[in-house]
Amino acid sequence: MARSVTPRRKLLNTTAAWAIGLLIFFPILWTILTSFKTEAQAIAAPPIFLGFDWTLENYRVVLERSDYARFLWNSIIIAGLSTLIGVAIAVPAAWSMAFVPSKRTKDILLWMLSTKMLPAVGVLYPIYLLFIQLGLLDSRAGLVVVLMLINLPIIVWMLYTYFKEIPGEILEAARMDGATLPQELLYVLTPMAIPGIASTMLLNFILAWNEAFWTLNLTAVNAAPLTAFIASYSSPEGLFFAKLSAASTMAIAPILILGWFSQKQLVRGLTFGAVK
Amino acid sequence: MATKASRSAARLMMAPAVILLLGWMLVPLIMTLWFSFRVYLPLRGGDQGWAGFDNYIRFVTSSAFWPSVQTTLIIVIGVLAITVIFGILIALLLDQPIWGQGVVRILVIAPFFVMPTVSALVWKNMFMDPVNGLFSHLWRFFGAEPVSWLSDASLPSIIMIVSWQWLPFATLILLTAVQSLDSEQLEAAEMDGAPWHKRFWFLVLPHLSRAITIVILIQTIFLLAIFAEIFVTTGGAFGTRTLSYLIFQRVLESQNVGLGSAGGVYAIILANIVAIFLMRIVGKNLD
Repeated sequence: MARSVTPRRKLLNTTAAWAIGLLIFFPILWTILTSFKTEAQAIAAPPIFLGFDWTLENYRVVLERSDYARFLWNSIIIAGLSTLIGVAIAVPAAWSMAFVPSKRTKDILLWMLSTKMLPAVGVLYPIYLLFIQLGLLDSRAGLVVVLMLINLPIIVWMLYTYFKEIPGEILEAARMDGATLPQELLYVLTPMAIPGIASTMLLNFILAWNEAFWTLNLTAVNAAPLTAFIASYSSPEGLFFAKLSAASTMAIAPILILGWFSQKQLVRGLTFGAVK
Repeated sequence: MATKASRSAARLMMAPAVILLLGWMLVPLIMTLWFSFRVYLPLRGGDQGWAGFDNYIRFVTSSAFWPSVQTTLIIVIGVLAITVIFGILIALLLDQPIWGQGVVRILVIAPFFVMPTVSALVWKNMFMDPVNGLFSHLWRFFGAEPVSWLSDASLPSIIMIVSWQWLPFATLILLTAVQSLDSEQLEAAEMDGAPWHKRFWFLVLPHLSRAITIVILIQTIFLLAIFAEIFVTTGGAFGTRTLSYLIFQRVLESQNVGLGSAGGVYAIILANIVAIFLMRIVGKNLD
């Protein structure tokens, strides 16, 4: 509903919007700035905003001391694999629901959504127990499976809404020309669906990367991703603002950058097509 | 367009997703239900037999129960109020023609991408620390006594942290809804001399009502389950023990699985009540 306004009004709106934007972004900016300070400067009173001696020391210390690479690697593996497997399972399902809908398609979609609503804490002990018995506790494989399952409904839903936008006539035409089902999937559907699949993967990678209930409760040392690594800084002896900031910046930077690309998909993915 | 062959192929392609989700839902659910009727203390004798409804009764009659319900309600309602009200205001502002709109949008959305443990720790230490936090500097600058946020004002602090995380979500969805508003209608109302508050109340707000409902429902489901924000800030102390945190403590910390599972069943029922409303709206949209 954008309309034309007077320049004065535009300037006023711009000022207000930037002020609010910067206020909301400030905690992130402050974390990034603090990560380049020395520990003394990080807690200096009054606080120093820009006029400090920029240093990379905190990053060096965090990287050296804490096995950061292993946590990072765990995050990448867990978020990446759970997304890939989830998409591999969801593409055929979403394809069939979008192009061969039956009376029960809607019910199945809604039921899938309902599994997402199950409060994690309600099934914490069963999962914990199953993990112990299957030897999956503190293993990357176990977390990949759990995160894949909790995000599977969102993946199916997002893909479904994207596939719905592909006109069925094109697929029909391909079939008329004698394309077999696998050919139809691979050569006709896939190229048109790639943007939607990519957006879906992006958003789910972000969600899996930031997941902090199962990753905190089902890992200890070996499989702990960055969420758990950061949580380990909550102990009092870890209270060094600059190092905490450096560790935090490294944990959120990749996702902030990916997130900027996924703004649009965010609405689609998290409202299940109810807001367009 | 579907032939019989493609129908059965379709069913086959749906099978893995359906079977996996069915297992993921049913197996833990049945186990939780089973445990909730047992006297089950893994570290103190294991499964000691049938408990009937004792766990359900003990869970709601324990002294921790009602405070935790109250805490949950305060957090959920507090965060919803803040995110919806500010979300509407920011969405309306961002919808106006402004310079650098794309950049402002990114700044506003950014907190959504920060992992919960990071935002909780950053707020806890760098802003709310009573000695070195930015707030304490600010308070001292104005000659006030710094506040021990997470112990003396624990609930407002948690609400603030969680609101900061969820404001982007509300704003983004409301912005999407605002942008689909018919501008001609608004202009007509403006020309007819309708003051801004009437335009807002009678045109904008009704148009947003569906988006607002969806924001409230989705956020409620996630807010009922917040965990990391409490885990790394107060660990449930200072009156911040929510219902889900209480269940977590019963199950994993005090290892009373029977009691915790009964709590889990309550939480599942509660979440389902909210979910039913959400599904109705989403379902309508599918037709």
